[in-house]
Amino acid sequence: MSPTATAWRAGWSRGLIELRQSFTNGADLFGHFLWPVLMLVTTYFLRNVSFGQSGLSLGALALPGILGMNAGMSMVSMSQHLTADREDGTLLRAKATPHGMTGYLLGKIILVAGGLVADLAIFLVPGMFLVPGLAFGDAGAWLTVLWVLVLGLVATLPLGAVLGSVFVSARSQGLIQLPVLGLIAISGIFYPITALPEWVQWIAQAFPVYWLGLGMRSALLPDAAAAVEIGASWRPVETAGVLVAWAVLGLLTAPFLLRRMARGESGSSVAARREKALQRI
Amino acid sequence: MTTSEVVLDVEGLRMRYGPADVLHDVTFRARRGEVVCLLGPNGAGKTTTIEILEGFRMRSAGRVEVLGTDPARGGEDWRARVGVVLQSWRDHGKWRVRELLEHLGRYYAAYATETVARPWRADRLIAAVGLTEQAEHKIRTLSGGQRRRFDVAVGLVGRPELVFLDEPTAGLDPVARRAFHELVLELAAEGDTTILLTTHDLAEAEKLADRIMVLDGGRIVADGTVAQLAHQIAGEDEVRWTRDGQRFARSATESTRLVFDLFKRYGEEIEDLEVRRASLEDTYLSLVRQAEEAAR
Repeated sequence: MSPTATAWRAGWSRGLIELRQSFTNGADLFGHFLWPVLMLVTTYFLRNVSFGQSGLSLGALALPGILGMNAGMSMVSMSQHLTADREDGTLLRAKATPHGMTGYLLGKIILVAGGLVADLAIFLVPGMFLVPGLAFGDAGAWLTVLWVLVLGLVATLPLGAVLGSVFVSARSQGLIQLPVLGLIAISGIFYPITALPEWVQWIAQAFPVYWLGLGMRSALLPDAAAAVEIGASWRPVETAGVLVAWAVLGLLTAPFLLRRMARGESGSSVAARREKALQRI
Repeated sequence: MTTSEVVLDVEGLRMRYGPADVLHDVTFRARRGEVVCLLGPNGAGKTTTIEILEGFRMRSAGRVEVLGTDPARGGEDWRARVGVVLQSWRDHGKWRVRELLEHLGRYYAAYATETVARPWRADRLIAAVGLTEQAEHKIRTLSGGQRRRFDVAVGLVGRPELVFLDEPTAGLDPVARRAFHELVLELAAEGDTTILLTTHDLAEAEKLADRIMVLDGGRIVADGTVAQLAHQIAGEDEVRWTRDGQRFARSATESTRLVFDLFKRYGEEIEDLEVRRASLEDTYLSLVRQAEEAAR
């Protein structure tokens, strides 16, 4: 087997090992359950609040949106993983191993994507019983969920890698969270976007989070619910277009930035960052 | 050291950060199977040198060849032949000892040859570094010394031709340090692996290295075996004697010669003769002092 093929296989098993680890220790399990449970509580309280004349409950509108939001959040978690791994030397270890970076990145993608699917299930399975009126029985609906999810990950994971290689410290990673949370607030996840001023709608439409939410709603809500969307349509073509555009942008820039970041890694750069981190405490 | 293949070849290496030169003109070679120690006070440029050789840092000027390749352009195949043990790793804390060693070994499987099996079997390596009892422990639960020995195991897992050890015993207690020294000596005894290690601990250098290079102020101020280094410094042996009830003391490089002359001249009049050899410590301190004075 060629070295590259070996590295791909090693990366695959690396992802699975880390995925297993993240479900067998307390801190990570807490992380996996916190958001889904918070979101379930939110959905529970929204389940009987109806939105305008649409006849739909806010809960039914929010649940698919939350799925989309979670998919978008995997960008943040990819970025955080990269930063943490750079800080503790995991990345340098990958660099010191032949084809180690290939294995490392593949492992990270499997870890983040696999973790996301698990998180979505933790939220979705109880959610299905909580909120009536969603098209869970329809195979076509699941197919749409699948393509939106896959395309969404292809769009957001490279972006996460870009952010992770640009923002060096764990502290600056915290700063990424703020704009992302702001973006989620204006992206029509918990409340239809058409209720917001038009200029805010334009900002939201520039980013993948809105489209991930829209795509999920298009899959799980009845067709009539499209009435509360922009242009009273699910706009699947635009959804795919925007996500593909972000995916291309991410895939074009991520390898370059990752390479640049990896080039700067050495024992003393890891040590210097730790020194700095310790001084802050 | 019957073969004379040059594994490390460094000529005129310079490193400059902004206006300051960290390395001025570092030149040395190491041959296959040699254990070479880069000794120097903190801030002498040891880590910078080793990081350039590891291919983790770009140099400002000079020629560097590691296993016949410029490390700045070393590809993955070159990487597979080099083992790296850094000053302190904290990575992979959630992984278990055997799990990570087996995982990292997989990347080297493609580099096995007919004569050299790669990687090392994880269990064998774990036993060699004395971590059999901890094989199933999570890495973050290892003590400082265990962690360091584990890092050496990782550095060796691909059976590298050349291993870099950067301050391998810094922060270890005496027992862990001794266990570590035994591990390095065992590896050196096999004679196939070239080892370059840095330390500011003279006793460690003396114990482990075939050859010591003293780096100070960005320059190699001495290069040789322990005996050669001790010899290199002038006037360091101290000779004391008594004659006619009077005490004498003199420093000399050629202490044997001095003693011979004394006896030739005074014969049995010489009493209480004492010759104190320059210790490597004296040599080292005097080297560093000289280098610092020259820099002023």
